[in-house]
This record gives sequence, structure tokens and C-alpha cells, in this order.
Amino acid sequence: MQSALAPIIDQYRDCEGALLPLLHAVQAQWGHIPDAAIDPIARELNLSAAEVHGVISFYHDFKTSPQGEHLVQVCCAEACQARGSRSLESYATQRLGIDYGETTVSGRVTLERVYCLGNCACGPSLRIDDDVYARVDNPTFDALLAEKAEEPGL
Amino acid sequence: MTLRIYLPRDTTANALGADRLAHSLEALAGQKGMDLTVIRNGSRGAFWLEPLVEMDHKGQRLGFGNVTAADAETLLAALADNPTAHPSYVGPVSEIPFLKNQQRLTFERAGEGDPLCIETYQQLGGFVGLRNALAMTAQQIVDEVKESGLRGRGGAAFPAGIKWQTVLDAVGNRKYIVCNADEGDSGTFADRLLMEADPFQLIEGMTIAALAVGATQGYIYLRSEYPLAHQILNEAIERAEQAGYLGDDLLGSGQAFHLEVRLGAGAYICGEETSLLNSLEGKRGIVRAKPPLPAIEGLFGKPTVVNNVLTLAAVTTVLAKGSDFYQDFGVGRSRGTLAFQLAGNIERGGLVELAFGTTLRDLVSEFGGDSASGRPLRAIQVGGPLGAYLPESSWDTPLDYEAFAEIGGMIGHGGVVVFDESINMSDQARFAMDFCAEESCGKCTPCRVGAVRGVEVIDRIREGNEPEKNRELLLDLCDTMESASLCAMGGMTPFPVRSALHYFPEDFQSEGSQ
Ligand SMILES: Cc1cc2nc3c(=O)[nH]c(=O)nc-3n(C[C@H](O)[C@H](O)[C@H](O)COP(=O)(O)O)c2cc1C
Ligand code: SF4
Ligand code: FES
Repeated sequence: MQSALAPIIDQYRDCEGALLPLLHAVQAQWGHIPDAAIDPIARELNLSAAEVHGVISFYHDFKTSPQGEHLVQVCCAEACQARGSRSLESYATQRLGIDYGETTVSGRVTLERVYCLGNCACGPSLRIDDDVYARVDNPTFDALLAEKAEEPGL
Repeated sequence: MTLRIYLPRDTTANALGADRLAHSLEALAGQKGMDLTVIRNGSRGAFWLEPLVEMDHKGQRLGFGNVTAADAETLLAALADNPTAHPSYVGPVSEIPFLKNQQRLTFERAGEGDPLCIETYQQLGGFVGLRNALAMTAQQIVDEVKESGLRGRGGAAFPAGIKWQTVLDAVGNRKYIVCNADEGDSGTFADRLLMEADPFQLIEGMTIAALAVGATQGYIYLRSEYPLAHQILNEAIERAEQAGYLGDDLLGSGQAFHLEVRLGAGAYICGEETSLLNSLEGKRGIVRAKPPLPAIEGLFGKPTVVNNVLTLAAVTTVLAKGSDFYQDFGVGRSRGTLAFQLAGNIERGGLVELAFGTTLRDLVSEFGGDSASGRPLRAIQVGGPLGAYLPESSWDTPLDYEAFAEIGGMIGHGGVVVFDESINMSDQARFAMDFCAEESCGKCTPCRVGAVRGVEVIDRIREGNEPEKNRELLLDLCDTMESASLCAMGGMTPFPVRSALHYFPEDFQSEGSQ
């Protein structure tokens, strides 16, 4: 890992406020921020490991353990609530058999809540990886999951 | 004959199948040997019609609404032969009342062409403001913005020109322009639409701001929930650099301005400007006490303009057409236009740019129509998660900053979320507290602890556990949060909570007592 980490750190070392872009890049590479990356990042950016940990824990996006192959995010903010997202919210956990913040046993899907995807005129909204879906009801949820995340058993 | 059609590349249009439709159309045209060009334009923000296909026809743009991949075959046949006979035909786009009845300044160009084509941007009036600014002194630019009456569109509505004056007057060897593109409010998507449909306008606005205050570096702090906007902005910046609109020597003027997009990491509070600055510095997004003002000690301690996407975009109109032109729109101390965003349970959701002053009822009924569900409307939340829930009796309030403040509401970033009668307002009040507890930066107790208590107290009221006493307790808690929180997160969460309790008390009764 260290050999892959060094060039990433090099790329950001000299930019202003490097830590967030660097953490995003590390997470893009490994799917989470590996524990072993923290000391080198701290050292190279002249921070303490505690400071780096503090930043990682502050932001919802940064994960410290491996995540599912696909990230499924259900919007649970007001404009989607107005369109019935509360029912989608509970359906999603039931269908996947996991709670928010958890990953299916197969390792394929991590389920999260998100506050707004900017698709508020056409909710309920769902994001799978980098794609957003509009007017998602329970059957659409099943279909999208089968198509995009190939979660078996659906 | 080449058939030129337009199909938006926009988050909502894609969420409704625009990408898939584009592929189907291109594949089908290939099979049939048709000469088809699909231009991926920006969306016009009439999201209820997306995917909206448009076609050039005798100097007009004909529109076809809610087209899906399944319609590709019949649509192609119709386009080549008799377009207006297709069932999805909605008339010339410029005649659609939802669009025609708006007063578009900032969103005038949205949907006209390829958002990443710099020539299109120029042909449609782009960079005129910047060219004018290059011929002015910094003070003249700031004066023009002051005279326009433009107030910040991110929520707090602070006069943009006064902020710029402070940064211009501040002494610093380096100054920054920071664009707040965190757009965290539920029910808002205007920043996203602008960045996806007309990204050069934001770049131009930031460059004008840089000239006005003497800044050399800009950052767009973009929420990570907007991957498409991220891609489009990065590409637009690259093209603007190549064309000389950004870089060491802006259009040969000798002025330097560099621009970079930085991604947030899923924290609502990072929309608050000082939290945002900490985040940009690579720190936890904890809110800073003010003073010092960011205008004086902002990013890395340097004088910094922090403005919302739409504030910076509006500046291009002010500089291109003059402050008189801009401030002719609006009422009272709310000058210009605002991009209202119709969201939630609404038939015709989307972006409606209008001068300030229309009533909430007119905005919603004339543009939005009925609820999407067909059931009667019950409540409207204006101004995002920290805005009040308004019952029908308040809908005749004119949409201007002061009139809304008078009724205990706020216009904020212009989000208008509509709820039908199936909504339970105690659910909404509980959600507001829960959201605050979840997204609080943790710096001050009234917010961090108060919101958690708020959820518990609302639960007790709903369970019928000493409801009167707990109602009093909830109102006290709201007062404490409002008066003792450092920022509007804790300070304004009481707005949705109190309004729900005040206007919809019946929703807080326990099952047993009803
Ligand atoms: C909790 C909270 C969240 C905010 N979120 C945003 C946001 O997402 N976008 C934004 O432009 N302003 C947001 N603001 C307002 C900013 O603090 C600040 O007023 C704004 O960026 C200034 O730009 P403007 O004057 O152009 O509006 C938020 C404020 C608070 C208290
Ligand atoms: S009110 Fe809440 S979000 Fe704002 S500074 Fe205090 S703890 Fe942080
Ligand atoms: S509230 Fe769900 S997309 Fe905005």
C-alpha cells in the first residue's frame, strides 16, 4: 500500500489545504481510508495522527473500514419526505436486510441515508454510486438494485 | 439533412432517463442511416417535463416532454416527418407558460446550448460583464454591485457590495474568492442547475469578484453529492483557462486569477461560511466565532469573499447590463430576481426565476399547479430545513426578505417545499431536531445537546406523556437554542419546530387522546 500511497501524497503535498482532497483521493483508491495511511499522511502534511483522525471522523463521506462495492444512498430530506421517501427508507432496509450504515453480507451494497441530492422536484431520490434516480418507488428500487448492484437474492 | 436535437445533460434529467434516451436515439439513428446530432444542452429547469427533447424548426425550438427511451423510435420517425403530431409534443419551448412567465436573468441562457461551449456562451452575452469590469477600477466595480442592491443568495441576504468593499479595503498579500456551492438545503437545486447548465457564468462572476477586490485565487467549494456538476465545472475551468479567461494574465490585462474546485465531504454545516473555510483549510468543519469576519480574516487568515453561486452569477448581469437594470426588478430592499425552487409534492416542480414580490400562493399555484399526489396542499416550507412550515393562512405573503422575516419565516436560498395533507407535522418537527442533532458541528451546547433533547421531548409529547408540560419544555428549549447558539444551525432549527407546533397542534396529539 505504501508504494501506491506515496505518489498520491506527492500529488497533493504542496497544495493549500491539502488534507480533504488527499483523503478523497485515498478513499477513491482503496474505498476507505486504511489505518496504515494515517501516519504517513500526518507525517507528510506536518499534522499529528490525531488531527488526521479528527478530520476523518468529522465528515460523513470518509470511511475507516471497507465498504460495499456499491454505495446506495436514499434521500431522506424534506422534499423527498413530501413525496413518500419515508416508506422507501424503511423498504430499503427491509429489502437489503441491513440497517443504514451497514453492508450486505455479500459485500456488494452499503446502504446510507443522504440529506438531499439536488433532485428535489422529482423525488423520492436515490443515488447508486454516481448515478441519481428520480421518483423511486419500491418496485423501482428493486429493479435498480438488481440492475446496478446485482445484489443476489432479489 | 441533419436533424439537430437537444437533450439535457443534467442530474434530474438523467435521473429521469435522459442519458439512456440519448443512447437509444443515437443507436436508432445509426441503424436507420439518419443524420442525427444530439446536443446535450443544460436543463431549463422545467423538471416536470424532463427529459425534454427540443428540436430546431423554422427558427423555433419545438419541445417534446417526458420522453423516455421507449419513445425513441416513434419520436425519431415524427421528427423527420411531422414533429408536431407526436404525442409528447408540448409546443414551442418559448411558449410553455411555466418558462414564458418567468423573469429570467441568471437563468436566461440555461438550456440554450452545450454548457461547455465557450462560443455559445459568448454568443449569448457571456463575458460582457467581465469585459466591462476589466475597463473599470476595483472601486467602480464594487460601487456598481453596491448600487444594484444585490444581497447574498445563500441564505443570510447580506449586501454583496458591502462585503466586497470590506475585502477591497482589507490589507493582505493574498486574497481569496470562495464560492459557496455546498447547497445543502433540501428543496434547493438552483446552484446545481446553474453549474450544470451555465458553468461559465459562475467562472465569470468569480473573476469579476477577483478584479473587484484584488484576489488571485478562487475556490469553488462543491458538495460531494453533485458528481455531475463536479465534472462539468472542472471541464469548464479547463476550457476557460485555455481561452485566456483564467490564469496568470486575464485576457491580456496583466491580472492573475486561478480557480479550483474543492469537494466537500458530506457535512451540512460546511455550508456555513466559517465552517466551510475550515474545511477548505483541511480541518474539521467547526464553525468559527465572528469576528473576525471572513472578509478580513478568512481563508488561511487572508481577506476572503465568500458568496453563494447565485450571488456571483448575478454579478455578471449587474456588470453587463448595469446596476439600474438589475435593481429595477424587485420590491423594497429585495432587489433583482430570485431563483425559486418548487420542490416536494408538486405537479410542476422546477426552477422559477422571478423578481421579488410575487406572493407565495401565486408562485406555487401559477407555476407549480396542484400537488403531485392530487390531494390538497397542507404546508409549505420555504427556505430550507431551517425555514418555517407555513399553513395556508400565510401563503399570501409576498416573497421578499423583509415580509418573510415579519411572519417568522425566511426566504433563504429560495427553496419552496410543498406538502400535501398526508404529512404529519410532528414527524417534520422531530426530523428538524434530529437533523440538527446529526449535523451540528458540536461547538456549542444549546445546539449539540438541545437538539438531542428536542427529539426526546417531541417523542414524549407524541406519546401523550405529560403533553402540556412537555410542550412548554419544547418551547423553552427552542428559545434557548435560538438565543444561545453560535450559528443559524442551532439558532434557526426552532423555526420549523415552533411553526409545526403552532400551526398544526393537532398533529402532536398522541393516538390515545385523539
Ligand atoms: C447551517 C448553515 C448552512 C448554510 N448553508 C449554505 C449553503 O449550503 N450555501 C450557501 O451559499 N450558503 C449557506 N449558508 C450561508 C453562509 O453561511 C453564508 O452566509 C453565505 O455563503 C454567504 O454568501 P452570500 O452572501 O452570497 O449568500 C449556510 C449558513 C448556515 C448557518
Ligand atoms: S449552533 Fe450548532 S452548528 Fe452552529 S456553531 Fe453551534 S454547535 Fe455548531
Ligand atoms: S430532498 Fe431529496 S433530493 Fe433534495
